[in-house]
Amino acid sequence: MNAWIRSVLMPVQGTAYAGRVDHLYLFLIYVSAFFFLLVAGLTGYFVIRYRRRGPGDRTPHITHHHGLEAAWTLIPLAIVMFIFFWGFHSYMDVTVSPADALEIQVTAKKWLWQFEYPNGVRTINELHVPLGKPVKLVMTSEDVIHGFFVPTFRIKQDVVPNTYTQLWFQATVPGIHELECTQYCGQGHSTMLAKIFVDDEKKYNDWLATGGDAGKNMPLAEFGAMLYASHGCRTCHSLDGIKGQGPSFKGIWGHPVKLSDGKSVMVDENYVRESILLPQAKIVAGFEPIMPTFQGMLRERELKALVEFVKAQK
Amino acid sequence: MSDNYLSSPRGIKSWLTTVDHKRIGVMYLASILFAFLLGGIFAILIRIELLKPGHNIMSADTYNRVFTLHGAIMIFLFIIPSIPAALGNFVLPLMLGAKDVAFPRLNLASYYIYVAGALLAIAAMVAGGVDTGWTFYTPYSTTTNGSVGLMTFAAFVLGFSSIFTGINFIATVHKLRAPGMGWFRMPLFVWGMYATAIIQVLATPVLGITLLLIIMERVFSVGIFNPQLGGDPILFQHFFWFYSHPAVYIMILPGMAIISEVIPCFSRKTIFGYKAIAYSSIAIAGVSFLVWGHHMFVSGQSPLANVIFSFLTFLVAIPSGVKVFNWIATMYKGSISLEAPMLYAISFLLLFAIGGLTGLFLGALATDVHLHDTYFVVAHFHFVMMGGTVMAFLAGLHFWWPKMFGRMYSEAWARVSAALIFVGFNVTFLTQFVLGSRGMPRRYYNYLDQFQPLHVFSTVGSWVLALGFLIMAGYLWASLRRPMDAPANPWGAVGLEWQTSSPPPEHNFEEVPLVTGGPYDYSTPEPDPAEVHA
Repeated sequence: MNAWIRSVLMPVQGTAYAGRVDHLYLFLIYVSAFFFLLVAGLTGYFVIRYRRRGPGDRTPHITHHHGLEAAWTLIPLAIVMFIFFWGFHSYMDVTVSPADALEIQVTAKKWLWQFEYPNGVRTINELHVPLGKPVKLVMTSEDVIHGFFVPTFRIKQDVVPNTYTQLWFQATVPGIHELECTQYCGQGHSTMLAKIFVDDEKKYNDWLATGGDAGKNMPLAEFGAMLYASHGCRTCHSLDGIKGQGPSFKGIWGHPVKLSDGKSVMVDENYVRESILLPQAKIVAGFEPIMPTFQGMLRERELKALVEFVKAQK
Repeated sequence: MSDNYLSSPRGIKSWLTTVDHKRIGVMYLASILFAFLLGGIFAILIRIELLKPGHNIMSADTYNRVFTLHGAIMIFLFIIPSIPAALGNFVLPLMLGAKDVAFPRLNLASYYIYVAGALLAIAAMVAGGVDTGWTFYTPYSTTTNGSVGLMTFAAFVLGFSSIFTGINFIATVHKLRAPGMGWFRMPLFVWGMYATAIIQVLATPVLGITLLLIIMERVFSVGIFNPQLGGDPILFQHFFWFYSHPAVYIMILPGMAIISEVIPCFSRKTIFGYKAIAYSSIAIAGVSFLVWGHHMFVSGQSPLANVIFSFLTFLVAIPSGVKVFNWIATMYKGSISLEAPMLYAISFLLLFAIGGLTGLFLGALATDVHLHDTYFVVAHFHFVMMGGTVMAFLAGLHFWWPKMFGRMYSEAWARVSAALIFVGFNVTFLTQFVLGSRGMPRRYYNYLDQFQPLHVFSTVGSWVLALGFLIMAGYLWASLRRPMDAPANPWGAVGLEWQTSSPPPEHNFEEVPLVTGGPYDYSTPEPDPAEVHA
């Protein structure tokens, strides 16, 4: 019964902490069900039992009852205090991170997530963590407030500019977990998603040692396609010609494009490279200057891969 | 038919310059119903856009504007003024046996300030739009494009309308009660309005100041909230919720106040626990100022603050629970009939119970962290505001409609409409509790494919809900086309407002009523006066 309710209402439990949250959640489901059935049951019963039988109905003059009133004040008070302490107790688990936690720096900006690991490796919209090890996130934002939410871990924390906020978790389920932005941040809010890869420690360490360079042996255009997905480009730039928050990549290569200042420019290697590193330099007519800069976030080969990828979109 | 406030004096000018609380109430009613229609259209557009992930009928940018307008219109132009300014304006002086409110001209000024605020809001929509969400969180709101300045100014202006109504009600309750009406002979509706007015007068200025600070920051680049100018974005959230949490009680207390009238009347029974209900309104008004931090459990405020706010939040649950038990106890051994006002009151009881109980999930820290900023919060808020306040507003509207316009409406259609609204509401919003628990964030234009079936279900529910409201618009409009046929007291209610004709004459009562008993003497045989509220 409990397992069934949990599977209907809650996502997978990706941490031990998630199990504790669900425990309280289930308790609250039962408390709510009890009180709702009490309210609905009494209302329904009274409506039928004491339905009006005629204009001459007589009703007793009952103004109050101290015992009843004390009961329905004090019993709920005791119940809510119990819930308060339970919620507070579990919350403390997620507030204090273990001293030996692996520390990863998180930077949020419109509309992507950047992660920096202790050895200097950086990733965008992909967070790799080892299975079963405590991980502490130190987070800040470069622009507005964002929210870091992993439903399967049951954790959430706003990411605030000019401030560091923290979170920690210890993943117990290998595989991919979803990360969603939960603090409204504008046009790209609902596509400010990332994936958390939970791998056993060896696989994580191997990944970290290669600098996270999964595309090392890939052809450039294929590598570019991977970056297009992982770096959030697809959030705004479609491949099928549909206008998004940015221009579509379909068929633009080698053609001139009209800019907002009336000039036009040829879509070639240098223009694409400049648009990635200095997106505000040339704005295509009809679009807002909203793209974040990727200056300092991409290696040379990654830039080349993206250029090749755009080139391949006939 | 003798002269009444609707027909005398005549002419459009006499309406626009009226200081009669009844006419001002009717003008407010027309205005808020228009706002409700507008906000409702935006709601339907939101639900259609969410039928499938990605682009459906509008762009992300448009979607952000539409949900902002839905929220801002429903909150500032509809719910806040709905019960106090429209229904309260009409019935509060009648319930007290007064000729009018204490400051009739201020009352009219409040209406025109509301209209000015509404026009500013519409101007902001047309000129650039607003995409901040109704919460205007900084630094997003101080850096985004669009007419945020105009919209915040509109909300600032609307705040004054709310403050003026509050001042008026406080003075009216203190000074204009009919002879014999002591504080504990006042109907509980008046107690609820009084508690609401206190919050309006004390909390609204904080919102006004905060919105002015946003305008200062946007226009003059004074660094208050924007970190790039040296400000603190979390400070804004403290200011905003210091108003907006009490404001949810500005929205729900009047709803509770209506339920305390309707249930005794349609149960033919004295209210159970009069003093407990009266005091719980005041308790809610007081404690409501101390719980704002529960909107900020994941904002980065200190864990200690979180724990304190969680504790206080659980305390504020108690007076609301007390009221629900009192209303149910009122029905015990009653003589219950299910006309439209009572149907909506029962809808309120059931839906508000769910709204309140799901608040426990959000008050508890561990579960809130998971549910915060998800559809669970959206559903909880709609259960309290729509399942609570709007159902109570509809109960009150159907209860006092004959008094206001002198006409009955089709009871059969009213029942159909109540059933559709109840079913449609639950299909729409119960679904969203599941969506939120499973991790669907709020304010999302696009979403993960796994959420689609539930979104479709919710959208279909919104259509049933809309159909219910369309039917209501139809039968209420039809009733206005009929000749005036309502008796003075169609429900056999005991309040003073039912002792005068329907609709009432211009000065409410032919002679000043004298109050000799309690407000809910429905029970027979006549009670011993010494026993009542001893």
